[in-house]
Amino acid sequence: MGDHHHGPAKGLTRWITTTNHKDIGTMYLWFSFSMFILGGAFAMIIRAELFQPGMQLIEPAFFNQMTTMHGLVMVFGAIMPSFVGLANWMIPMMIGAPDMALPRMNNLSFWILPPTFLLLASTLFMEGGAPAAGWTFYAPLSTTYAPPSVTFFIFSVHLLGVSSIMGSINIIATVMNLRAPGMTYMKMPLFVWTWLITAFLLVAVMPVLAGAVTMMLMDVHFGTSFFSAAGGGDPVLFQHVFWFFGHPEVYIIILPAFGVVSQIIPTFSRKRLFGYDSMVYATASIAFLSFIVWAHHMYTVGMPVAGELFFMYATMLIAVPTGVKVFNWVTTMWRGAMTFETPMMFCFGFLILFTIGGFTGLMLAIAPADFQYHDSYFVVAHFHYVMVAGAIFSMTAAIYYWLPKWCGRMYNEKMGQAHFWVSFVGFNLAFFPQHFVGLAGMPRRIPDYALQFADFNMLSSIGAFIYGASQIMFLYNVIATIRSGTPTSEEKTWEGAEGLEWTIPTPAPYHTFETPPAVK
Amino acid sequence: MLQLSKNPTIDTAAKLVVVTVAMFAFVFVVMVPLYDVLCDALGINGKTNGEAYIAVNVEVDTSREIKIQFVASNNAGMPWAFGPTVKLMRVNPGAVNDTVFFASNPTQQAMVAQAIPSISPARAAEYFHKTECFCFNQQPLDGESSAEMPLQFIVDQDLPDDIKTITLSYTIFDVTDMANSAVASR
Repeated sequence: MGDHHHGPAKGLTRWITTTNHKDIGTMYLWFSFSMFILGGAFAMIIRAELFQPGMQLIEPAFFNQMTTMHGLVMVFGAIMPSFVGLANWMIPMMIGAPDMALPRMNNLSFWILPPTFLLLASTLFMEGGAPAAGWTFYAPLSTTYAPPSVTFFIFSVHLLGVSSIMGSINIIATVMNLRAPGMTYMKMPLFVWTWLITAFLLVAVMPVLAGAVTMMLMDVHFGTSFFSAAGGGDPVLFQHVFWFFGHPEVYIIILPAFGVVSQIIPTFSRKRLFGYDSMVYATASIAFLSFIVWAHHMYTVGMPVAGELFFMYATMLIAVPTGVKVFNWVTTMWRGAMTFETPMMFCFGFLILFTIGGFTGLMLAIAPADFQYHDSYFVVAHFHYVMVAGAIFSMTAAIYYWLPKWCGRMYNEKMGQAHFWVSFVGFNLAFFPQHFVGLAGMPRRIPDYALQFADFNMLSSIGAFIYGASQIMFLYNVIATIRSGTPTSEEKTWEGAEGLEWTIPTPAPYHTFETPPAVK
Repeated sequence: MLQLSKNPTIDTAAKLVVVTVAMFAFVFVVMVPLYDVLCDALGINGKTNGEAYIAVNVEVDTSREIKIQFVASNNAGMPWAFGPTVKLMRVNPGAVNDTVFFASNPTQQAMVAQAIPSISPARAAEYFHKTECFCFNQQPLDGESSAEMPLQFIVDQDLPDDIKTITLSYTIFDVTDMANSAVASR
């Protein structure tokens, strides 16, 4: 055995040919951060244009390309790969496996992503510009009225679908086959559980997205009429297919975030997670319900009343398992010996802001009320509360939480706290006013707006710039930690931490658990 | 349990690949046809019958009159003049009614158009029977020419009493490219 212990290969080829889960996890994380910056830059352009009413900086057509690309890059380039990266790093270490089950496929699923997003970003420089139909790319905006670059967009969606599916198959195969002896399903850390369920969701719905864009491709190039009324098709069909993918997709984004929070809150409360079993069942229920609520995104298309009622009640039902989770987190903290290090602060931010986002989601679920909220800035505010304060806050918490384990150096706590407060204030300043302008009737995806929305939009833009700038602090803190942070070699970085990943040396060696640990 | 490979990891992965392929097929084999079936069955979108209705002999219900409104619109970029010759008809359920739409092609080129109907309220769709309609076929027109397009319909005598007005709307689409490539068959 001893002879086979070796470190990473030298030079750049290490990163191209690596099959090590930690290397691939690291690449996923850096890639997703670069996409976060790119998508963030698009958001800054949007907010700069909306700083004042009237057309200021960019053309309306380019504005539409920005909202579209911002959504696509953030969802598919930043949030999803970041959690896949975290899964790569943590799942083998949490279940006592030496690596992912299919390491070469792991390498491929990562390396598909950079060319894919290069292709997607290159559509900005093509004739007619990038796709501009919004991240939901409704037909016929994305077919009949799309720029020629839509073909490249379709191809990149196919590729990132392939990448996601391979990543998910790998995660499921790892969790099902490589658990250490004694690590039964109901002993797995909750992050592993949420990712296992997420991976099943991905395998089920990424092919549906592939089907939707394939139909677009056929309508655009091969004369079919899936979404064209002129040929007997129906544009509304696109919305059904898209949201059949799209609603599970939003849980794909948020479930791993739930997992992260369920790891961190017990650590800093110095108590076991309250209601572990109910957490698992709640996650599974949310995953199941996500398949039968898709049409709540399209109450206004003219569904029969029975349909509206079904989707309304099914959607509101999701509040039950989600409520179970939120109450379990709060109960975990109850009478705990709590401390407030940066990861915990971000989890607090998550808990409060995600719950607000959940409540606005409940408002949107009410079909008759949704007719007012539909396609307004209220919706924008809602999904940024769950996507940014939900997924990205918890992702940030995860980085601060596990970074010392990964690189054997401690981040700067003061700067971490500052990062939290600046991004918390910036985030709320950016998105809270959007609830009001939305309720007052400001539609989403417009480059100009009525004068009465001017003040709130200016606040919103200032908040967005603050939130954007706070990410530079984060980047600086992470790089400074890796290069010159205070070295730490404690196995448990956090005294309250539990789990196999805290039993290995710090920094985590290149190869871990080559002999499976015994789990009691 | 079915085993696809002796290696448990490969076995899991292979099963998941099967699920992936099945879900991709699900979109085309289940979702698309199911959507069409449901729309037909429930009259969603106010879709009317796409083929001629075979009239059955019924007594005309002279006790009530239903207002039929005709609305016509052009899809974006469609240059034809298109509309009903009569905008409002009062008909008895069970009676056979005839009307005519006009269309003219002001351009220099021969074009092909397709009219797509929709009924409002959607609930009335299943009670609105078209025995003859220009919307059953594509309408070719030479440049600078015009045509009258017939429509014959019967309102079912079982139409719910609370429906007093039915609006039949047509949108006309330019399908010249589709008709030329002649692959539009769905």
